[in-house]
Amino acid sequence: MIDFELTPEQQEEIKAAQEFAEEQFRPVSRYYDEHEHESPLELIDKMWEKRGESMFRLGLDPAAGLRTEELCWGDAGLYLCIPGPALGGAAIFLSGTKEQIGQFLGKFNEGKPKWGAMAMTEPHAGSDTAAISTTAVRDGDEWVLNGEKIFVTMGKRALEDSDGFVVVWATVDKSAGRAGMKSFVVPAGTPGMRVEKLEKKLGIRASDTVTIVFSDCRIPFDNILGSPEVKKVDKAGTKGFKGAMATFDATRPIVAAQAIGIGRAALDFVKETLQKEGIKIRYGVPRQKLTALERDVMEMEANYKAAKLLTLRALWMMSQLQPNSLESSMAKTKAGLAVTRITQKAVEIMGPLGYSRKYLLEKWMRDAKINDIFEGTGQINMLVTARRVLNYSRDQLK
Amino acid sequence: MISFSPTEEQQMIMTMVRQFAAGEMRRIYRECDENGEIPGSIVDTAWKMGLVSSSIPEDYGGLGGERSTITGSLIGEELAWGDLSIAMHILCPALLAYPVLEMGTETQRKRYLPLVCDEKYKSATAALIEPRFGFDPYSLSTTARPDGNEYVLDGEKCYVPLAAEADVLLVYAREDGSGQGFIVEKGTNGLLIGEREKNMGIKALATYELSLKNCRVPKENRLGGEEGCDFAGIMNCSRVALSAMATGVAKAAFEYSRDYAKERVAFGEPIASRQAIAFMLAEMAIEIDATRLMTWEAAWMLDRKEEATKEASLVKAYADDMVLMVTDRAVQILGGHGYVREHPVELWLRNGRGFVTFDGMAVV
Ligand SMILES: Cc1cc2nc3c(=O)[nH]c(=O)nc-3n(C[C@H](O)[C@H](O)[C@H](O)COP(=O)(O)OP(=O)(O)OC[C@H]3O[C@@H](n4cnc5c(N)ncnc54)[C@H](O)[C@@H]3O)c2cc1C
Ligand SMILES: Cc1cc2nc3c(=O)[nH]c(=O)nc-3n(C[C@H](O)[C@H](O)[C@H](O)COP(=O)(O)OP(=O)(O)OC[C@H]3O[C@@H](n4cnc5c(N)ncnc54)[C@H](O)[C@@H]3O)c2cc1C
Repeated sequence: MIDFELTPEQQEEIKAAQEFAEEQFRPVSRYYDEHEHESPLELIDKMWEKRGESMFRLGLDPAAGLRTEELCWGDAGLYLCIPGPALGGAAIFLSGTKEQIGQFLGKFNEGKPKWGAMAMTEPHAGSDTAAISTTAVRDGDEWVLNGEKIFVTMGKRALEDSDGFVVVWATVDKSAGRAGMKSFVVPAGTPGMRVEKLEKKLGIRASDTVTIVFSDCRIPFDNILGSPEVKKVDKAGTKGFKGAMATFDATRPIVAAQAIGIGRAALDFVKETLQKEGIKIRYGVPRQKLTALERDVMEMEANYKAAKLLTLRALWMMSQLQPNSLESSMAKTKAGLAVTRITQKAVEIMGPLGYSRKYLLEKWMRDAKINDIFEGTGQINMLVTARRVLNYSRDQLK
Repeated sequence: MISFSPTEEQQMIMTMVRQFAAGEMRRIYRECDENGEIPGSIVDTAWKMGLVSSSIPEDYGGLGGERSTITGSLIGEELAWGDLSIAMHILCPALLAYPVLEMGTETQRKRYLPLVCDEKYKSATAALIEPRFGFDPYSLSTTARPDGNEYVLDGEKCYVPLAAEADVLLVYAREDGSGQGFIVEKGTNGLLIGEREKNMGIKALATYELSLKNCRVPKENRLGGEEGCDFAGIMNCSRVALSAMATGVAKAAFEYSRDYAKERVAFGEPIASRQAIAFMLAEMAIEIDATRLMTWEAAWMLDRKEEATKEASLVKAYADDMVLMVTDRAVQILGGHGYVREHPVELWLRNGRGFVTFDGMAVV
């Protein structure tokens, strides 16, 4: 049955996320935007204490998307600081064995706050993930990693500030192309792994983004996720690469939900301000009678809704264990672009209030942009969507 | 629980309607557009599916199924995918039936609902749009004035589907500042059906201008009697219906241009293998899905009797833009071949452009 009703329990959980965002994120939002590399230690401790609560767990269903929206309505940068295994955890969860899940994720139930990170991007391989040049060479009971990863979200917190881990994508056989790509779990403190550059960014400044260098970094053989074998079946690649893509199917709608949260923050700000000014948005009035402002606000609202529903659908399919590559990419494409535009438009509409750092709107515009870039740029998600709707391989549509 | 899956029953209905659309409607829609005519036989075949009568209680001769705007939206999309003119023709009697069912008095239901439950298709219609710049359904120029035991209607209407053949018309007019419906039977004095209209699109659907000149109807013919009707509710049902139909038209254009793009070779490769084309198609697919989901959400709210003016009007405006964008791109993707009438995309562009205008021309 087509239904948009939330269960009372889901409503409670979403409300709890909303309250947390409002009470804990918003008051410090500006501070951590302006103090880029400072850690919100108290907040982190608070979140770590509450780690059992649904809002801080990685869920892959519509309600999880809605909780994410609420938290990112509060602050998308602080959202990324939530201690936990995050995207790296999703990779382990989706392609690891039971033992690996226990070994790497078990410790996230105890001790001090910790983080997981995921390192795919390299200086010369971003969108083109298959072009990565970090290598993993087998040496007896170990893998030896060499290479450089950039733009790793929460890499510093995961590896320097806690005993977390990073999931690293590397090639075990360059000649095998995609089939040779594998992912490996590298725990914090592993010799040969260095966190180097701490990026200064346009937005989401509360989160850290780092370069990680691997030089003869040795990890146990069993830290590989998925099969170590390189099956040269076809060019489309085998499990290793598919594992990365499967992770994206799960995480893209969550990133879309992050975007949507920022979009709603901007929309709420615009609507509250208009209300204070006594300006009404007249729904149902024919177009030719609307003011330009009403048109803009309605278009923003409709796009927010469109992005949100596409996201909820992708997550719902995930929760039903239905293949959702197409729908995930659709949601991410739409949400990244819609929210980029919504926040930019909001700054325009609010004029001096929009551009001023006295309010958070300008920050949201800066924060929002990342959602059109990470977890696949808008173009890459469009490309994935296009290939799916055309039933084309990557060779047929480059 | 959030779910995006139609019920089994809805899926059966969708399959049935889709088969009809693919087999029957798609066979003749070009001819219908060229000739400006829809054969009675296809309407009769469609009528036998009971798309309108199914949700009318047995007491009035219907099949007594559940009335659901979501189901109606699913049907609307499938039919419009087949052809918009034929879809609007088939669903035209609902323009009278659904408002009477939901808001009519018992006498009105007893008198008019059996009409649309007949085995044979009988036209009934509604007149809302008025031929002037700045038309606004919320401030109609057509007026209704009480006079003794009667109402006197005066004004001009246009885009009234099947007005000439309809036995009963539901005419919307302004009474004391609010929109109300008045049931006008064929042949009533002062109801003057004009010439058949010539429009850019939906050429197969017969639409008419009509004028009401001192047109008198009994007081009992006011929709909902003393209480009147929920005009905003009718508008919302119409917005949802039209959004669903826009989705269907867009889907037709998307599928056709997608298939064409995979076949058509230029510069040594299928044009679909260029991002300029492929990205257009991807965006078309995304926006079609987004519109459908927003339509479902608004329909779901209407089924729960929630106030949905915001949702219904947002999705309608979104659908208006979407269907124009999609059908225009479909023409573009076919290049010169999209411009000629050998291919259907130009027809879908003409039909698609109309949705902004089609206020109140369909309900689900
Ligand atoms: C703050 C931040 C956090 C990040 N976090 C992580 C992380 O945790 N882990 C991680 O692995 N990575 C992370 N990234 C990296 C991010 O995923 C990449 O930046 C992104 O995938 C794009 O890669 P690139 O920057 O190399 O751009 P490029 O790949 O060089 O792309 C440049 C432009 O070309 C376009 N383009 C590329 N290929 C095509 C094509 N085939 N067709 C059409 N257009 C194309 C792109 O869309 C883009 O507009 C992060 C980045 C940032 C900025
Ligand atoms: C009414 C009418 C009058 C005309 N009059 C004349 C005339 O007098 N003389 C004459 O010679 N021709 C005439 N034409 C033909 C017209 O110039 C062509 O239709 C036009 O050049 C497009 O070619 P096509 O239709 O074969 O489309 P295609 O070349 O098949 O293109 C189909 C689609 O693919 C796109 N496309 C193609 N290649 C690429 C690419 N490499 N990258 C990205 N996108 C691509 C196109 O932009 C288009 O959207 C006329 C056409 C019409 C409809």
